Amino acid sequence: MMEFKLPSLGADMDQGKLLEWKVKPGEAVKRGQVIAVVDTSKAAVDVEIWHDGTVEELITKPGETIAVGTVMAKLSGAGEAVAAPTPAKVVPPSLRKPASPAARKRAHELDVDIDRVSGTGPHGAVTLDDVEKAAKPASPTPTPTPTPTPVADRQAEMRKAIGAAMSRSKREIPHYYLAETIPMHKALEMLARANEARPVPERVLMGALQLKAVALTLRHYRELNGFWRDGGFQPGAGVHVGVAISLRQGGLVAPAIHDVDQRSLEELMRALADLVKRARAGSLRSSEMSDPTITVTNLGEQGVESVLGVIYPPQVALVGFGRIVERAWAEDGALRAAPVVTATLSGDHRASDGHRGARFLAALREQLQRPEEL
Amino acid sequence: MKPEELKSQVVGILATIAPELEPGELRGDKPLRSQVDLDSMDWLNFLVALHERLKVDIPETDYAKLVTLDDLLAYLTQKLPA
Repeated sequence: MMEFKLPSLGADMDQGKLLEWKVKPGEAVKRGQVIAVVDTSKAAVDVEIWHDGTVEELITKPGETIAVGTVMAKLSGAGEAVAAPTPAKVVPPSLRKPASPAARKRAHELDVDIDRVSGTGPHGAVTLDDVEKAAKPASPTPTPTPTPTPVADRQAEMRKAIGAAMSRSKREIPHYYLAETIPMHKALEMLARANEARPVPERVLMGALQLKAVALTLRHYRELNGFWRDGGFQPGAGVHVGVAISLRQGGLVAPAIHDVDQRSLEELMRALADLVKRARAGSLRSSEMSDPTITVTNLGEQGVESVLGVIYPPQVALVGFGRIVERAWAEDGALRAAPVVTATLSGDHRASDGHRGARFLAALREQLQRPEEL
Repeated sequence: MKPEELKSQVVGILATIAPELEPGELRGDKPLRSQVDLDSMDWLNFLVALHERLKVDIPETDYAKLVTLDDLLAYLTQKLPA
């Protein structure tokens, strides 16, 4: 028998509301299949299963809000042998709700789920008082209404979630920051030439090219691609680049495009367009939320020349691109006008040093001078 | 296509990309992308939709000419069969 638990879909998620089961008891499921839709503060996420098997029992009911790690369903079958732990299942220990030992003890006595109590203590820690307040109104459970969270609530929740993840980042991750100016004329020329031959729907944006350049360079800088978990660095299994996508109603998400280093530019562009569309429609898959091994953000569109980003835990690095601007550029003793971009790296000093980070940015610059390889 | 008809089609397409758009507040003589907050992906999607709806192909080299909504409408009028 296997237990299917609500996976953590990012450092800023500690609970989710089941909207819908996509499977029934007795149904056979395959690895990667979407079995449930769960509402988080960021999106209604299609949750995938990571084992083959047969659904035995659906425990969580649509409309219920449950904490990350709660057993949602039980499965049996072939999957038991194949079942492998995936990042989606790992709940970083720091996601455990901070609470005082007294609060934990009292919560246990009162049968209060401490993960659902909102804390008023330092860093949102749950205090004894919070537990007792949470226990008091033994109000009847409201009838579950499996509807997505209303927009205004979602926005407020998203602000809170982003705040929590970024606070954790700044509290736990000793950031270092590096910046490099990269000439872009070769990349721009290559892209313009290629796009000339492409019909509008197949045009490739610079954003896709930059993602590919980062991913290819990361192959040689594995200490920047992965997670900091349980006091150590775990390299990512692939280069799954989280793309920071701003949402029109405010807030942002940074879901992953998988194996960016192995995709053609055209494939990457299609994946990026699809991801942006689904992120803005609020429909993402659980693996996209939990798998990013690094994040790339591009704020050049808003006109800034550089962005020094905050690392999204448990990742250990973030690459930022600013706007491509024309600057006086000296090369080989001659001065000319050239388009350049400022690329930055925010690195986690626990996992890497500025020396390696600097070499990474230099390699990224060189990669962008060879756009034909992208 | 009449100018008003073209404009309402274009603004309609724009509204599918930027649902929060208030067509009444859109200024034809101000830079379009910053008014509507279109990033390059939105812009590309906008052009793809124009391409599908109006059968107009806008090469990248012409982007620079299309700063305001008025620019875009004039450009499209020229490109569309009379």
